[in-house]
Order: sequence, then structure tokens, then C-alpha cells
Amino acid sequence: MLSKTTLGMIAAGFMGAALLGAPAFAEGSGHDQMKPTRLSWSFAGFFGHYDQAQLQRGFKVFREVCANCHAAEKLAFRNLAEPGGPEFSEAQVKALAAQYKVKDGPNDAGDMFERPARPSDTWPSPFANDNAARAANGGGLPPDMSVLAKARSYKRGFPWFVLDALPGIQYQEHGADYIAALLQAYKDEPPHGVKLDAGQYWNDIMPGNRIAMPKPISDGQVDYTDGTPATLENYSKDVSAFLMWLAEPKLDQRKKTGFRVLVFMAILTGLLYATKKRVWANTPH
Amino acid sequence: MSGPSTYVPKSAIGRWFESRLPVMGLVHSSFVAYPTPKNLNYWWTFGAILSFMLVAQIVTGVVLAMHYTPHTTMAFNSVEHIMRDVNWGWMLRYLHANGASMFFLAVYIHIARGLYYGSYKAPREILWILGVIIFLLMMATAFMGYVLPWGQMSFWGATVITNLFSAIPLVGDAITTWLWGGYSVDNPTLNRFFSLHYLLPFMIAAVVGLHVWALHVVGQNNPAGVDIKDVEKDSVPFTPHATLKDATGIAAFVILYAWFVFFIPNFLGDSDNYIMANPLQTPPHIVPEWYFLPFYAILRAIPSKLGGVIFMFGAIVMLVLLPWLDTSKVRSAVYRPVYKILFWVFIACVIGLGYLGSQPPEGGAVLAARILTAYYFAHFLVILPLLGLFETPKPVPASIAESVLKGDTTELGKA
Repeated sequence: MLSKTTLGMIAAGFMGAALLGAPAFAEGSGHDQMKPTRLSWSFAGFFGHYDQAQLQRGFKVFREVCANCHAAEKLAFRNLAEPGGPEFSEAQVKALAAQYKVKDGPNDAGDMFERPARPSDTWPSPFANDNAARAANGGGLPPDMSVLAKARSYKRGFPWFVLDALPGIQYQEHGADYIAALLQAYKDEPPHGVKLDAGQYWNDIMPGNRIAMPKPISDGQVDYTDGTPATLENYSKDVSAFLMWLAEPKLDQRKKTGFRVLVFMAILTGLLYATKKRVWANTPH
Repeated sequence: MSGPSTYVPKSAIGRWFESRLPVMGLVHSSFVAYPTPKNLNYWWTFGAILSFMLVAQIVTGVVLAMHYTPHTTMAFNSVEHIMRDVNWGWMLRYLHANGASMFFLAVYIHIARGLYYGSYKAPREILWILGVIIFLLMMATAFMGYVLPWGQMSFWGATVITNLFSAIPLVGDAITTWLWGGYSVDNPTLNRFFSLHYLLPFMIAAVVGLHVWALHVVGQNNPAGVDIKDVEKDSVPFTPHATLKDATGIAAFVILYAWFVFFIPNFLGDSDNYIMANPLQTPPHIVPEWYFLPFYAILRAIPSKLGGVIFMFGAIVMLVLLPWLDTSKVRSAVYRPVYKILFWVFIACVIGLGYLGSQPPEGGAVLAARILTAYYFAHFLVILPLLGLFETPKPVPASIAESVLKGDTTELGKA
């Protein structure tokens, strides 16, 4: 018979190898870009919900800056008036949509025509197609922003990625943090000895540090009418919050529903457990 | 265990029906009168939890299929349409996507419980192998389901996994082309994956039927690992005892499920899958869903493509052969002091493989994955056959009743 101690040592050895091996190679594979700072968002946590004023400011930044190059095909004007979003009034959204032209048709004569957009229309894309977008942007394709905040993330590494799932300290806002950090991570000059190709810019957050998007926004570029200081930092946060809403427009409803579901299930589990205990009371088990 | 039914319907119409189709008698003998061991702990509720998850996946999936479009140009957008414009569509999709993970979490716990208490040993070999078949069908279903949203990971995951078949000598390329319905993962692939993703769950349901049937023939294993000898002393009727305990287990599990769905719905997903599939742009790291990571690590640990495929499928074959590889006469790890430790070493090995599967195959990760792969197979092919010969088990109780009165079987979740 094998002794318990020997086997215990073998066991410990294997587990130790698995654990010790981990950090050694996790280091080597990473890019040397910086990690985004974790910001505090109104939509994080158990009772998180979007900050309407922030979404409205973020929409202004999106509309005046981002939307010049980026499409957002899944955004309909009507979404801007829906609950849990920027919640502009129906009249505001109607007026906003009317400022844009969309292609419609064919009409009875068989011709395509342009008409002012209606709330049910989707956000018009800045370019007719991807090739036109590339041609206008030095070969780079500005990604559609509809789900961008969920399509971007960064690695937290062990053990953080495990802890990020735990109630109370849960973390799901990687995308918003990433975008907010990226917008503020442009450097005028690359580090010494690094040569950038034409159409490349240095960014401390972008994987590989080379980004095809020129620095899109600076202090004072967009007018804020609600007294919020017009700084790059505020623009970055507000537009990231807006993009998070754009990617996950039902977040408010989701968290509210989730809270009710958890309370209901906790009570149901308690009642079932009490009943089960009673039924088993006289059975040794 | 499940002899002829003693069920007698109370109403005249019930008796009329029962004499023509004894379905109520079947339900009664299987889920009401069925004798269940007294000493089962909460790890035994995972069978019911899995049945619940299968139904949950089918129900949410059927509704999602009403709104989904299996076409390369429309699939991604139709998923976003579900998330934005379908009433409660976001909830259905998050329930279904996270439901797959919960299903696998539950099945891994269910399998681990079987490993710990020796549930695969005679006379439960067929029951166990049916379980492995369900596991395989689940993997195929989940893999094809992950392709449907047609994101970057969907497409590239499908490309990597279907390409494995090209490793088969002589006919590999022909098989791969046949699977794809063309010369790469494309619209025909997406279409057939959708069709099969809808079909396989019903095949799972059928095999689950056989699994439960086999279970009810041989009876449930239990923490003591001894069979029911005296129905009066060793067992309790399934209803209300097991029914209520299973319901409690399901309700508690749903709390975990709801936590994922409503508060961290994208935690287990890959952010790249929110980028529409692009055959011209390979993501830097192609990683499968978490529940495939240990097998992915084994695949990559072997320095030859065909070898990797053989070892990956071999990892499942080990489970099929397990009833004959474990030579110990004692079922439960409670009475096997050495196996009890090696069980946890094996679990650590699989978790370690899972972690390595998520990492880029570079440097120390490759060596660590090879060591753990070797250990995985050694556990089945060397350790278990020898351990049964050399290990001295503790005395096994004469009956379930005796073990319950001694109170020495319930080291896990006594309640």
C-alpha cells in the first residue's frame, strides 16, 4: 500500500506545479500596454442604472465627434426616447431625426428618393460602405459602435478574473473603462526608438500601442450646457457611458428584474428547504 | 427496483385509462413510490438540476429560434434584434447563453460526484456510459450553438474545431469539406449547425430517458456505496422526500443561474464575439468556451495534430472505460483513503488543464499542459488499475441503515 504522506506529497507537487507555472508564462505573453483604470460608473453594481444626464452628454459627444466616422447601425432614433436610455422627449427625437436625411424607395415611379428621417429610422452611417469608410480614413475601418462597449475588454489576469464574478465586487464594465482610458491615452510622440508608419498613432491603451484613429477629441471641443466642465476626461467618461447604453440598452430593466428574481428565488429556496426539513424530520439520514 | 407497478387509480376513469395505457403507473413507480436511499446528500440533486437545465435550454431555445435568422449576413444582426427589439429578448438570450454554462457546471459536478462515490461500478456501467453519451451530445450541441451568433469567436472557433477532422489520414479533407458544405466555414455550415443545434437537444432528452430508465433498474448509488438491502430500513419513497430535496437543490441552483443572467451576463463570454464574423481577420487568441478548455489544453499539448485529436477524444474514452479500469471492489471514496486524495488531485489536474487551455500555448504553459495531460491519462490507465490492488479500504458498512446510524458517511453536505 502506498503511504498517505507520499501520495499527499505527489498531490501537492502537481498542484504546486500548476499554480507556480501560471504567473511565469502569463507575463511573457502580454503586450506592454497599460491597463485601463477602473472607474466608478452609475450603471455598475447591484442597483446600477444609467445616468440620464450623462447619456445625454455622451450622445452629444457621439453625435458631434464619433459619428463623423463611426456607424451605429443598430441605433434607432426612437431608442433615444426609450426608458433606461438618454430619455429625450418624443418631440426632441422627432426634431432630431428630421435633421437627418435617409434613403427610401422605390416610389411608385420606381425611383429611390431621400426624405427626412423618422424616429423609427436607424442612425444614418457616415459612409456608404466599408470601402468608402476605409478610403476616407487612411485605410483603417472605423468599427460600428452599436455593440462596441461589449466588444472591447482587457485581461484582468488571475485571480482578479475569478473575483470579478463575485456578488458585491462584481465587475462587468471592462469595455467602458477600456474606451474611456483609450481616449485619454494618446501620446504626441511615440517612445524613443519607436517608428510609427504613416496613419499610425501612439496610444498607451491600444493593444500593440499603434492605433489608426487620430486623437479624436480634446478639451473644450464639445459644448456642455449643463455646467459639466468641458474636459477630455469628462468627454471620455460620458461617451463611454453612452456607448455602454448603446451596447446594452436594457441594462436598467435587467438589473431591476434581476433583483426581484433573486429575492423571489431566495424566499422560494428558504420555503422549500423548510418544507424538506420537516418531511425528513423523522427519517434518520 | 422497478418491478410491476402496484399503482391503483382512485377514479373509475383512471382505472379505465390505466388498463389501456399504464402511464400513470409508470410515473407513480418512477417518481412517487420509487425507493431512494436515505443517505443521499445534496450532490445527488444535480441529476434533477440537469433535467431542469435541459428543459430550460429547450424552452428558451425554441423561442429564440422564432426570432433568429441562420444566415451569415443576418445572424449577428438578428441576435442584436433579439437583444433590443424582441420583448424580453435580452433575457431569453442571456438565459440561453448562460444556461449552457450552468448546464456544463452542473454536469461536471454530476460527473465528479459519480467519480467520488464510484457510481460507475457494477451494476451501473451502462448507466454511466449513457451519461458519457449525453455529455458528448451536450458538447456537440454547445459547440454548434456557440457558432450561431456568428461573432468572431463563433466563426474562428468553428474553423479551428472543424479543421481537426482534416487530421484524419486519407479521408480527413473530404470529411471536413463535407462537414462545412463547402471549402470553408460559410453559410451552408451555419445553416446545418442551426439545424443540428435544434435536433441534438431532443436526442439528449431521449438518452436522458434511457439514463433514468437504467438508473431505476439498478437503483441509485449513495455516499455509503452499498445497495439498498431492506427497502423499509434503507430507503424512503421518492415523493415527497427526494422530490422536495431536488426542488430545494434546483431553487438554490437557479439563484446562481440568475446571478449570472441578470448581473454578470457576459462574464463567461468572450468580448470578441460581439464583433461580427470576419473571415479575413483572425483574432489574436482563439479560445473556446470555458467548459471545453481542459480538452482544448490536451489537444494543444500534443505536438502533432492527429495526436492531439486522438488524445482529446481519448480523454472522453477514458470515462467510457472507467468501470473496468478501476479495480477496487469498494465504490465510495469515503472508504478509500488513498483514492479520496487522488480524486482531488485529479480534479486539480483538470482545473489546471482548464486554466492552461485559456492561456496562449507558449513557454512554460506548453510543458505544464503536457505534464497535466500525462497525469490525466495516468490517473485512468495506471493509478486506478493499480490502486484497487494495493489500497487497503476502510470497513464498509453492512447496509445503508447501519451507515446512517453510525453517521460516518455524511462528510459532504449532510442535510
